[in-house]
Formats: sequence, C-alpha cells, structure tokens
Amino acid sequence: MTENGDATPLVVLEGVNKHFGSLHVLRDINLTISRGEVLVVIGPSGGGKSTLCRAINRLETIDGGTILFDGQPLPEEGKALARLRSEVGMVFQSFNLFAHKTILENVTLGPIKVRGIARGQAEQRGMELLERVGIASQASKYPAQLSGGQQQRVAIARALAMDPKMILFDEPTSALDPEMVQEVLDVMIGLARDGMTMMVVTHEMGFARRAANRVVFMAEGQIVEENTPDEFFTNARTDRAKDFLSKILTH
Amino acid sequence: MEALIEEFPVIRDAFWLTIRLTLTSGLVALILGTLLAAMRVSPLPILRGIGTVYVNAIRNTPLTLVIVFCGLGLGVVLDVSFSDSLSTNSMWLSIIGLSAYTAAFVCESIRAGINTVPLGQAEAARAIGLTFAQNLRLIVLPQAFRAVIAPLGSILIALTKNTTIAAAIGVGEASLTMKTLFEAHGDAVVPIFFGFALGFLVLTLPVGLLFGWLAKRMAVVR
Repeated sequence: MTENGDATPLVVLEGVNKHFGSLHVLRDINLTISRGEVLVVIGPSGGGKSTLCRAINRLETIDGGTILFDGQPLPEEGKALARLRSEVGMVFQSFNLFAHKTILENVTLGPIKVRGIARGQAEQRGMELLERVGIASQASKYPAQLSGGQQQRVAIARALAMDPKMILFDEPTSALDPEMVQEVLDVMIGLARDGMTMMVVTHEMGFARRAANRVVFMAEGQIVEENTPDEFFTNARTDRAKDFLSKILTH
Repeated sequence: MEALIEEFPVIRDAFWLTIRLTLTSGLVALILGTLLAAMRVSPLPILRGIGTVYVNAIRNTPLTLVIVFCGLGLGVVLDVSFSDSLSTNSMWLSIIGLSAYTAAFVCESIRAGINTVPLGQAEAARAIGLTFAQNLRLIVLPQAFRAVIAPLGSILIALTKNTTIAAAIGVGEASLTMKTLFEAHGDAVVPIFFGFALGFLVLTLPVGLLFGWLAKRMAVVR
C-alpha cells in the first residue's frame, strides 16, 4: 500500500496559517510526514489539532503557506480536489457513515462512483475489508443498527476501500464508550503494522506508544514539540507539554 | 341530486383534467424545485443568486397573476403554442404556471430537508472523493427527500387545489366546470357545490395519508 522505496515525503506543510475570525488556529505550521510513518498529534482541545488534520485533505482551507501532498500542492477545488481526497482516507470522530446506505454500500460507494470499479468486484473487496475489521456479518445492516465501535471500524474499512496513500484519523475514539475504544485501536494498530501512512489526532497514549513513530504536541495553534513517543511521554522537553501530560497522566 | 347524476360524465372529465394538471405540474415542479434547491446550495455564487431571485420572485407573486401571465403573456403576446386546440394549449400554459409556482415551494422544502442532513454526511462524501454533484445526488438529496416527504405531500395537496386557478385562463378543470353547471342547473347549486367539494376531498385526503405513511416508512434512522 505504501511506496517505501520512494524517499520523498508524502505530506509537507510549510508556513501554514489559518484563522477562524479573530482566532489564529494554525500558526506557522511546518510539518513533514514520510511515507509509512504513523504520526500522532496530541494536545489540549482548541489547540488546532483537528484543523491541521482536516487541512490536509482540504476540508478546511488555509489562509497562508503551502501544503504539498505527494509532491503536488493541494488543488483548490473541482475534480482535481476530489481526486486528491480519494487518495487521502479520513476517519471522523463521529463516524459519519452514510445513514441511508447499508454497511456494505458504505464501503463500496467510493470504489464504484469515484474509481469506476464494477459493483461485483467492489463488493468482493468490500467484504474482504469488512472481514478484516471484523464486521462482515453485519454487511447488510444500516449504520444506526451498529455500536459506535463497529461503526468506526466500518468507517476505517470505507477509507481503506479507496486504497488511500494515507489515512487521517480525527479523534477516532473520542466519541466511543470506553469498552469500545480498544477494538478500534486494534484495527488501527494493525494498519500501522502493515505500513499505512497515518496521521492520528488522539489522546490514546497506549496507541501512541505502541504504533506511533513520532508524536507532535500542539497547543494554541502551534507545534510546541516533536518527539518520539517514548521520549515524549516519559521525558517531554517543553514545559507546556509536561504541564499537559501531568494533567492527563495522573489517572 | 339528479343534476349530479345527469352531469356525471362532465364532472368526471373535469376532475380527470384536475388530476392531469396536478400530476403533470407536480412532476415538473419536483424536478425544477430539486434543481433550484441544488442551485441554492451550490458553491457557485451566480447559481445561488439565480435560485434565490427565482424563489423570492415567484413565491411572493399571487398564483392568479402567474397563471394569467402564462395565458396572456406567453400564450397571447409571445404566441407560445403547444397545440392547435385552444383548450389543450391553455392546459399546457397553465401547467407551466402551476409548475413554476409550485417549484419555488418544493425548492424551499427540499432546502429545509438538506439542513436536516448532518454536515458530517457531506464531509464524509467529500472525503472519499465524491464531486459536489455526486455528493448531492448520492448522499445529501436522498436523505433530504426522506426528511421532507410529509411537507412535499402538503405541497401536492395545495397544488391539487391550486389547479382551480387555471380556470382564470379558461382551462375546463373542476372549478370552472362547477361554475358552468351552476348556470345550467340554477336549482341545484348546493348539491353541485357539495359534489365538487367532495371530489376534491377524495383526491386530497388519500394524498395526505399516503405521504404521512411514506414519511414514517422512509425516515432515515440516525
């Protein structure tokens, strides 16, 4: 799935700025994501993590700076933008499965309508992916009939069905009941092992330690610290990160 | 009562015309209204502008004026002709007016339906690479329609009754026929009136029930 032989970075952000009105949500962000890398973005809410994640497939526009994906600047609109998005998977906090479509239809819609793959072939691949995330037996149900954890696993299968070059995870476990978090993380850990390039906005320390290559700590719209997971959680360099960790690690 | 029985073939034909006006205008209005709704949510300001101007202009014009404009403006001044038969031509001109008028209400109803679809649905659709048109057609509109089945039923009921305004340009639907029958049967005005009122109830009550049932059945579970 990844082109590990290619040494050029998959995503390059240079001097990216974004405002929501008077709020400066992204301040001079410089960040590079290599192919096959698993990057965890962590930090207090309102710090710009989700905005950063959503900027990479242009669900959020930016006010300044450049974002290169696979060597090309992000297209601004139209068919070129749609094509880019088809190459970047996205998993949302609130799953966002298509409510009027069955689980299998959710997974096959993109391949059929965007990639033009024949229905039979798309369904076969869709069932394989549902098998992989452990939901194959629910294929003919509708999203509302599944638990949150199951829905999120379907959302991951839906992203995988497009054979993306990368998957963005925007707080994928934050809306889940605690007992369902692990089943989703297990799927994500599996993906990371298979070499998928991933950017994961999460507070799940366990995931970061087991699967991440690098942790980026964001606060007030800035990247405050970049570190390896082990170093970050045991020996953060910046006071801002230490302060944040002391608040979430006490329990 | 005898008058009703005696004139039954005339009344039946009049209601058949009412039904044809309703169904044809309803279908055209549904298509046009959907296109207008798509324009009003499109990313292109020019399309949004056209949609907004159309809806506000038509929605705020009395239907009688719209129909008379179609009959006189289109039919007489611009000489728009669909058929050599005067009655067929009037029928089509009134269908244009009824469709154009009803489309504005269909558009606003569907737009309200679009607002019931969570933003995340459209975002997820964009995120897998669907274009704006695919997003509307495959994800947003199917869910929006299901949310507004009941209001669309109300619009269809209103349209059924609004077809009576086609009488203003001489279309021989139910209300014009009723007026004609009043003149022919001056002693039976009340039975004729109730006969026609009942006829409209027979048309519109089932529509309300059917759309109410459909709305429940087709609702998207979230």
